[in-house]
Amino acid sequence: MYKVEIISIFVENKPGKLEKITKLLAEAYINILGFSITDARDFGIIKFLVDKPKEAYELFKKNGFVVALNPALGIEMKDKPGGLYEVVKFISSKGINIENALVYVAESREKAYFIFEVENFEEALKKLKDNGFELLKLV
Amino acid sequence: MFWDKQLECIEPEKLREIQLQRLKEIVKRVYEKVPFYRKKFDEAGIKPEDIRSLEDIKYLPFTSKNDMREAYPFGLFAVPLSEIVEIHTSSGTTGKPVVAGYTVKDIALWAEVMARCLIMVGATKDDIVQIAYGYGLFTGGLGFHYGAQKIGATVVPASAGNTKRQIELMKDFGTTFIACTPSYALYLAEYAKEEMGIDLSTLKLRIGSFGAEMWTEEMRREIERRMGIKAYNVYGLTEIIGPGVAHECSAQQGLHVWEDHFYPEIIDPETGEPLPEGQEGELVLTSLTREGMPMIRFRTRDITTLHREKCACGRTLARIERIKGRSDDMIKVRGVMIFPYQIEQAILEVQGVEPHYQIILTRPHYLDEVEVQVEMSKEIFSDDVKTIETLRKRLEKKIEQTVGVRVKVTLVEPKSIPRSEGKAKRIIDKRNLK
Repeated sequence: MYKVEIISIFVENKPGKLEKITKLLAEAYINILGFSITDARDFGIIKFLVDKPKEAYELFKKNGFVVALNPALGIEMKDKPGGLYEVVKFISSKGINIENALVYVAESREKAYFIFEVENFEEALKKLKDNGFELLKLV
Repeated sequence: MFWDKQLECIEPEKLREIQLQRLKEIVKRVYEKVPFYRKKFDEAGIKPEDIRSLEDIKYLPFTSKNDMREAYPFGLFAVPLSEIVEIHTSSGTTGKPVVAGYTVKDIALWAEVMARCLIMVGATKDDIVQIAYGYGLFTGGLGFHYGAQKIGATVVPASAGNTKRQIELMKDFGTTFIACTPSYALYLAEYAKEEMGIDLSTLKLRIGSFGAEMWTEEMRREIERRMGIKAYNVYGLTEIIGPGVAHECSAQQGLHVWEDHFYPEIIDPETGEPLPEGQEGELVLTSLTREGMPMIRFRTRDITTLHREKCACGRTLARIERIKGRSDDMIKVRGVMIFPYQIEQAILEVQGVEPHYQIILTRPHYLDEVEVQVEMSKEIFSDDVKTIETLRKRLEKKIEQTVGVRVKVTLVEPKSIPRSEGKAKRIIDKRNLK
């Protein structure tokens, strides 16, 4: 399945929060592939793309965090000017709205992926598949 | 079910006769035996003979918590200390504790009224009653203990705290009846589920009696759902006897006051004048039959309403509504009186939010500010900041509508608000009011 999974964590906007969260991941040998932080004054949501999403989800739950695991899509971007433009143009041409996004640069550094959440995952997948863009498969 | 059907369904006229008879006796007795009361009555210019009807009670002076502190420790006892077989005290967090002394007959009375409470909600001798109120100077543990033993139930005197063991006992002993504070009941359910993977609603629990702090209908529904029980409200206070002054029946429409022993009045907390039936005010109680430490017109500071119409359960004894607040822990914010329960109700009305909250009062620039911290829960979590922000704003709006004061709502991480095993601390007042 062309699917990746994104971890979302509710955090209060206080010093040391990101430290605590990343420490948990580090100690569990979970590798962060990409992340984003959205903040709304007193709280924020931290999103992670990791190599072991299910493990990470259980880990945060066990440690008392409010956490969600959501499906997302990943599309390969060309590492050249206009790479992102090309990808988002393609997505919007299919009438799909991007809800949240982050970037994953693969280990080789030759490829980058635009990772994004949509309202309806299955529908978006159907529209985007087999259209000349390579979708990322992590799950 | 009834413990004493004849009495619990007594004709109102007959009840008033008993009450008047007992009131006359107790007033005479305290006037003769307790210098504190004699002095107060003399100052008010009233003699025991002046009490000719129940209405005349309004001429008797009130007894306040402050009076009790001044009488510390034994100044209000009406019998020699040698007749006192047990002593309890209030927590004393706001000064010297209140001391209560019980004779053999008082302990029997306590067991009797608690037995009425337990039978009223359907407990039987076959129940396994786990008492998770503190045992010791606090009245909660032993009050329930005496009542549960009186009805022949199997008592598990677990006392407060040690949450893991409480849950193990429930599971291993097949506890059917639980008694504790409502906030601790929620904590038990949460702890069982999160830490031990036990859903309390799948155990044998069937009835719970909760009190010693204020709670709401929403909290009741939450406790009932999480524990799979019927949850009832118990009322009592150290000054009068402890738990067992009043308790809900199966109708869950107010708490029946055992008014053959505890005479209730509702007064205006500002003027002290008696209020007509059905009007909200401060509850005042007179213990009509206590030997060791009778109380005349004790101002409970609890805000409620008294109803006298016959209940669906068949009882004729008056009912008080669940306690809505305390006349002395009203918070005055920017001149507006607000009760913590109003804020609680507003939070719980915005669906799905866990009932864990704290009210923080500050005065940064000569103006009071109210911050309400509400814990985020997985039920209401969205991975979308906008959705959470909308929820936060809804909470702010709802609270403002309810209390009439603008507040700031902060969503905080789960379990970041301290849980208590006794009474929940809901208000943190950081205002420097000098």
